[in-house]
Amino acid sequence: MALALTLGPIPYHWSAEEKRDFYARIADEAPVEVVYVGEVICSKRSPFFDRELPEVIERLERAGKKVVLASLAEVILKRERAMTAALIESPDHEIEINNNAGLFHARGRQHRIGPLINVYNEHTLRFLAARGATHFTLPAELPREAVAVLAAAARDIGVGIEVQVFGRASLALSARCYHARAYGRSKDNCQFVCEEHPDGMPLKTLAGADFLVINGIQTLSAGYVSLVDRIDELRAIGVGHCRLMPQRIDMVGVAAVFAQRIGGAIGPDEAAARLLALDLPAPLANGFWHGVAGERRVAAVP
Amino acid sequence: MNRPAKKRPELVCPAGTPAALRTAVEAGADAVYCGFQNATNARNFPGLNFTPDEMAGAIAHAHAAGTRVLLAVNTFPPAGKFGLWQEAVDLGAELGVDAFILADIGVADYAARVHPGIRRHLSVQAAASSPEAIRYFVEEFGIRRVVLPRILTVGEIRALADEIPCEIETFIFGNHGLMIEGRCSLTNYVTGLSTNMDGVCSPAAEVRYDTGVDGCVSTRLGPHIIDRFAPGEQAGYPTICKGRYFAPARGEAYYAFEEPVSLNLAPLLPELIAAGVDAFKIEGRQRSRAYVRAVVAAFRKAIDATLAGGRPELAELVALTEGQRQTEGAARTKRWR
Repeated sequence: MALALTLGPIPYHWSAEEKRDFYARIADEAPVEVVYVGEVICSKRSPFFDRELPEVIERLERAGKKVVLASLAEVILKRERAMTAALIESPDHEIEINNNAGLFHARGRQHRIGPLINVYNEHTLRFLAARGATHFTLPAELPREAVAVLAAAARDIGVGIEVQVFGRASLALSARCYHARAYGRSKDNCQFVCEEHPDGMPLKTLAGADFLVINGIQTLSAGYVSLVDRIDELRAIGVGHCRLMPQRIDMVGVAAVFAQRIGGAIGPDEAAARLLALDLPAPLANGFWHGVAGERRVAAVP
Repeated sequence: MNRPAKKRPELVCPAGTPAALRTAVEAGADAVYCGFQNATNARNFPGLNFTPDEMAGAIAHAHAAGTRVLLAVNTFPPAGKFGLWQEAVDLGAELGVDAFILADIGVADYAARVHPGIRRHLSVQAAASSPEAIRYFVEEFGIRRVVLPRILTVGEIRALADEIPCEIETFIFGNHGLMIEGRCSLTNYVTGLSTNMDGVCSPAAEVRYDTGVDGCVSTRLGPHIIDRFAPGEQAGYPTICKGRYFAPARGEAYYAFEEPVSLNLAPLLPELIAAGVDAFKIEGRQRSRAYVRAVVAAFRKAIDATLAGGRPELAELVALTEGQRQTEGAARTKRWR
């Protein structure tokens, strides 16, 4: 089966200009078929980019990309509830649901399920598919064995399975903004300090080890997930789409390496080497895929 | 939902073992919650939880005293292992539990279809924090009560009560996780065991306390130092979201997520009852019988006093909180966020 590359939503608070430039390069140069756009982490950030969004979408679509609108991960406030409800009414685009509140609105309509919805097993998958879900990006912590069972179930009922193959793993969500907290502020009074860390705010342990990364209410892995040397496994178990999560690095270069690996132009070892040659600021990890500590990097079995 | 004023809220108490269950029943619990000895519940710790025989005995004992038994089947079965969760639900039904506490959509669907006559509560692990999310679970799976995430203010709970067609249960006392339950993979990132799939947070087998030459105690989870304590200081259990870390904006290591404090909403009891809360939950299935007895008895008194129009006595509860420090968490004000 053909494997397609996708680009997940930008998790961090980049300026509108940075986002516009980023997507222009993606449109022109990145071999990805699908691009997920929209603010997933913080409803306060949305207004900065909302104005630019139609133009960015048009640019991506002119370049032949399919654009999917991603919904907020956390929905508590009135404005967050309204944003979620409004997104479902988007007439021209598919949407990806990232909070249970979105499931309420999306029932009976075609929609996608994002990685921040807990789809851990085939029963949940079938239930949601019966309500209109057509495509599932699975939680980052699911091991290969579970993904294989889900992919088989998805094939039986004709829905898509997508797995994150690159970028920081989302590890936790909170109602509290840890970016604001680091600066002695509260979420309502944050002054958007998260913009200072376009690749997330690093947390080191008392021993000085790179450990976690803060992005507002989200906690991410310090390491970048990479399954670039597991593409054959993904294909064999029936995964159809591979998601790259945006980081503040050469994402076009990352996409090119994955595309070459998927197309067979380079082998797993060379792909891994080329990825590392992009001078990544974080170590690579694939532990979740192997059912061990997510931060570990398990060597490929020759 | 229209609510009669001053209804009597249910006190829902932890039962990590048969002995703790009997203790909670004696101390005045209206309901107890418990789980089987496997990954189907979110306190899958060695030495905790119930065998099927113990569960049968516990249910008989609780029911004889007029106490309800709520079975937690509130983790997320990974694909291929769903059978274990199905068995837990079936066994609970056979043994006569009063309600299931559920989080996974697949498991909730199974319980609703196969055992429609048994009440279904939505676990905090389902992370339903808006009227829409809650109504989704009510309409799809006949959920009768939602256990709210510990992230809402009293005002938000009051507004929610008017918008949802089910009962509300809130945590009122105990360990206070900072991440939204059911949406945290921190433990798995470090240990390879998943809170959602295996029911463990900071598993004891991965915890170490190292005393340095200076007498300081470093607490570790897996390979990582989570916190460090001066000689004589009480070393807290290493949980990632309660650890100290370095960040660029901070000169010194700090509690990046929260100070190691324990949740105590006793001072807000009158407001919470007025807001429409139907049940108060005490955390702590991993706690000793003495702790369960003291906390349950104190809350029994506090709730009864509040209903009689008085203010709850709080001093004895403060002494039971971790390290003697307590918080009202998110409940008092949005500034917590």
